[in-house]
Order: sequence, then structure tokens, then C-alpha cells
Amino acid sequence: MRSRNWLALASASVATLLISACGDTGGTGGGGESKLAGTIRIDGSSTVGPLSEAAAERFQGENPKVKVTVGTSGTGGGFEKFCAGETDVSDASRPIESDEKAACAKKGIKYQALQVANDGLSVVVNPQNTWASCLTVPQLKKIWDKGSTVTNWKQVDPKFPSEKMQLFGAGTDSGTFDFFTEKINGEEGRSRTSYNATEDDNVTVQGVSGSKGGLGYFGLSYFEQNKDKLKAVQINDGKGCVTPDSKSVQDGSYKPLSRPLFIYVNVASLKRPEVEKFVQSYLENTQSLAEKALFVPLTSNQESALKPKLEQLKSQAAGST
Amino acid sequence: MQATDATATPRPVTIRLGATRPRWGERAIAAALCLCALVSVATTVGIVVALAEPSLEFFRSIPIGSFLTGTKWSPLFSPPDFGVLPLISATLVTTACALVVCIPFGLGSAIYLSEYATVSTRKVVKPFLEVLAGIPTVVYGFFALTFVTPLLREVWPGFLGDPPQVFNALSAGLVMGVMILPTVASLSEDALSAVPRSLREGAYALGATKLHVSTRVAVPAALSGIVASFILGISRAVGETMIVLIAAGGTPNLSLNPVEAMQTMTAFIAAAGLGDQPTGSIGYKTIFAVGSTLFIATLAMNIVSIRLVRRFREVYE
Repeated sequence: MRSRNWLALASASVATLLISACGDTGGTGGGGESKLAGTIRIDGSSTVGPLSEAAAERFQGENPKVKVTVGTSGTGGGFEKFCAGETDVSDASRPIESDEKAACAKKGIKYQALQVANDGLSVVVNPQNTWASCLTVPQLKKIWDKGSTVTNWKQVDPKFPSEKMQLFGAGTDSGTFDFFTEKINGEEGRSRTSYNATEDDNVTVQGVSGSKGGLGYFGLSYFEQNKDKLKAVQINDGKGCVTPDSKSVQDGSYKPLSRPLFIYVNVASLKRPEVEKFVQSYLENTQSLAEKALFVPLTSNQESALKPKLEQLKSQAAGST
Repeated sequence: MQATDATATPRPVTIRLGATRPRWGERAIAAALCLCALVSVATTVGIVVALAEPSLEFFRSIPIGSFLTGTKWSPLFSPPDFGVLPLISATLVTTACALVVCIPFGLGSAIYLSEYATVSTRKVVKPFLEVLAGIPTVVYGFFALTFVTPLLREVWPGFLGDPPQVFNALSAGLVMGVMILPTVASLSEDALSAVPRSLREGAYALGATKLHVSTRVAVPAALSGIVASFILGISRAVGETMIVLIAAGGTPNLSLNPVEAMQTMTAFIAAAGLGDQPTGSIGYKTIFAVGSTLFIATLAMNIVSIRLVRRFREVYE
């Protein structure tokens, strides 16, 4: 009996040691003899998050010793952490605001803003929704404005059937929220409060795909990734119904919900070689990353605007070695 | 003892039993164990202190009356609304749904396991109950969202009105009930086993049936333990976060209809905490205010439970 216990204990400890050893060596499976090591912390917009994750995956594949973590606390939440010095890169679906600039200045944090992609904020409905294929901006405002009491599709347009409306959208920490409320309701932060507000866009996907009368809004990439579960509404800004896709976002016809997506990089963090190389890799590969993560890539004009910043980074890297 | 002097009364000699010199090892161990016990007291006090300060600051700017009676909850929007009733009603609705599952099935399992089951059946069923207790709550949450909700929507009978929404309190409540079931079953079963056999045998001797003995003799005798298990189950239901966060949604909704999406107090704290509120802002203090409300509710239930247990307790020699 005692030898059986001893055997069990011995095999359990060997198994534990093996598993922990395997955990450590898992990273060196990739190729490349990269000597870069360290941790890069990214946080911010849930819209830009998937693109940064694609960049992180690509970078970690070539530099297995570097760990890149990508959080999605929302653009506002990300900036707070960024201006407290807690993150190296902040994802943002809107430009930095004056109070955030002040917070960064107060902590002596200098940053570099870089546009990495474009986005068309999509309004989505359930595939079973056959009546709302095109909505005008005033109709959207009626649904989402402060104090709105719209709970049924018939209230939006008498031609629509009577179907209860379930609303899902971005929370107040989200850059998507700021952008949507500014463009649709006219003022940033002005919104109705009775809806399922979340910084996690996947919850919105789940909610809208599960409710016949569901309506939600988030970045285009979330729609592209869930095309089988959702339907994107065409937006009519007075010049006809425009479908959100790469082309209409890039040529500016998808109004008013087209927007640039940024990453803000802490200049002090750039002194670390792994951060520098990561940002370089990110900027050099925006087209392929955008394709992979189903984002709207930069136009050729925007890419050429990025070139001098990339050159500056490269010379910084060369100079500091 | 020798009296050397005839006039002296013999001094009473007190013989001290026990160690003649202090045992420092024993004292050290006693002190260490006392410290362990004090950790729980210290933690409770620490939590109360940590909750109290931001909550008091919150209630200085928001009158407690409007907090407790307001019906609109949107503290993170501007302008914010601080009526906590939607969160409280959601907590009550999900707890009620949980109790509908865990009380009958938990008590029923306990009675079955202690009165009716054979030893071999117990050997099989009890481990399964324990496994239920060990499943992580996040797994329960996704189970509710991805299995229970679609199932309910499929089989929902028309006469009950609208089918459950994609996020709803009913699925979350039912799954919460399943999660709490092992707790209620275990504690009730312990209480039932503690009832002495002589009581049961007396009833059998008088010609009572097994059902009569189980329900009219054993359960009333074990009532204090059973009630304590219910109150523990209610406390757990009120404090459960993950299941309601995933399956019940994030829309504050003052409604008693369990098929609607609603946000409980715990789900609000989790969602607001996961986002980012600057320390010291009103949004930050709101989290503590709701936390205090939750703490006081659970504290009240614990006090009620202790009173009830004391009242119903039967001490057997």
C-alpha cells in the first residue's frame, strides 16, 4: 500500500515538472535567431485591438522571446493607462483629447501618433431583419439620442413591422462610443442610456445575432468577421444608401461613419529595441495586417504620409545601436 | 505536614496541579493559531474600512434617498443617474430563479440521500454532486448563454408571452440554482444525518411510513440546519458575479420579468471595474457604493440566518 502511494506521488511530481518545463520552452518553437526580449504592453480601443493582436502575433512569431500583451479597455481607458505610464502603445479609434493630452504632459509622457488603418463604423442588425436595409442619419439619431424612448422598430419608420428593438452598443470608455455619438447625435457622449453598453464588441455581436429585433454598432472588422451572423445596414447621409466596405471607407463615400484608427506610441518606450522593432514591423506591414484582420487598409496617400515617420524610426534604431 | 507549634493552625497547603514552569512551545502554538483566527476578523474589518471611505464620499454628493429609490441607473453616462433599484430588482429576480431550482432539488436530493438511498447509490450520486460544486462559474456562465438560452427559446410555450431574450435573467438564474444545489444538498444532508436514529425508530415503531418519517419527523428535527443551508444558498446567489455577467446582460432594467435582460449589482461592479474609471471619480465611487449595498444585504441575511438557526435549534444528547 505505501509503495503504491509513493509511486502515485512520484509520477504526479514528474508530470508537474514536465508540464511546467514544456510551458517555458513552448515559445522557442518558431524560427529566427532573434535576440530581442522583453514585454510590450498595448491597451486601448477594442476596435483597433484585433489589428494590434495580428501585429503582435506576427512579431512574436519572429521574436519568440518578446511578449506582447494586447488589452481592450476602450480608447478612453487605454489613454488613462498610457498617460499613467502603464502601457507602451495605446490603441485608439479617435484622436487623443485635450484632457488626455494634459494628463500625459503632466506625467512627462511624450507620444507619437501613427495612423494604422481606416474604419467604417458599421451599424448591424440580425440577418432575419428584412426591413431595415438602409437607415438615414436622422433615423439613427432618433433611436440613439439622449432621452430616446424608441423600443420598437415601428417607431423608427411606420413602414417597418412591429418588432421589439434590442439595443447593443459601446460603453462610455469606448472610442467607438465617442465617435458614434458625435457623428450621429451631434455631441460626443450624448446618448440614450437604456441599452446593453459594453467595451467588449463580442458581446454586441452575440446580442444582435441572437435577437431578431437587435441593433448594434461597432467597427467594420467585427462585422467582417461575423458576416454569417449579422447584416450591415446601409447608411444614407442624404446622398443615397452606402454599404460599408473597404472601398467606400477609403474613398470617403461611407459618410459620416468613416474614421481613421491610430496607435499612440510612448517615445520613451521606443528607446527599448523590442518596442522600436515592433512598431517598425507594424508600420511596414499595415497592408497585410489589415487584410489578415479584415480591416480597411490605409490609402496610398495615408501610407506615404506614414513613410517619413517610419524612416525616422529606422534612423533612430540605427543611431541608437 | 507537621505542626511545629501547638497554637498555630495548620496552613492550608494549596497543591498546584499542572506544569510548574510555563511551556513556551505550547504558548507559541496557541498564539499562532489565534493569529490565524484573527486573520478572518482582520479581513472583514479591512473590507468594511475599504468600502466605507469611498462610499461615504459618494453619499456626500448623492443623497442616499435618491440612490435607494431612484429607478434609472446610468452612472457612467453624462448626465449620470444614480437610482440603484434596477440593479437590486435584477439581483432579486435572478436569486428567485435560482431558488426555484436549488431549494426543491437541493432539499429533495438531501432527503433522498439521507433517507432513501442505498449505500451504493450514495457512493455514486454524492461524487457527482461534488463535481457540480467544483465547476468554475465562468463555465456555468457560458453554459447558460450558449446552451440554456437557445434551449429555452426553442421550447418556450406561447402562453407565457415573449420568449427569453439573448441575455436574460431566467437562464442565468436557473444555472445559478444548479451551481448552488450542491451546497444546499450537502448542508441539508448533514443536518438530516445529525438527527438521532432513535427519533426515526420511534416513529417507525408507531407505524409511520417512510415518507411520514422523512417529512414529518426528520426534516422538522433538522430544520435549523436546513434553513441555514437555504440562507447560505441565497447569500451565494446574491453574490454570484460571473454567471450573471455573461448570461444576464449589461442593461440596467427595472423589471420583474425574468425573460428580459437585466444587470445585477455584481455584474455592474464587474463591468465597471473591467472598464476604466479614474480613481476618485464619481464612477469609481459608484462601484464602492454598490459594493456596500451588496455587503450590507449579505450581512443582514447572515444575521437573520444566525437568529433563525438559534431559534429552531434542537440539541440532542
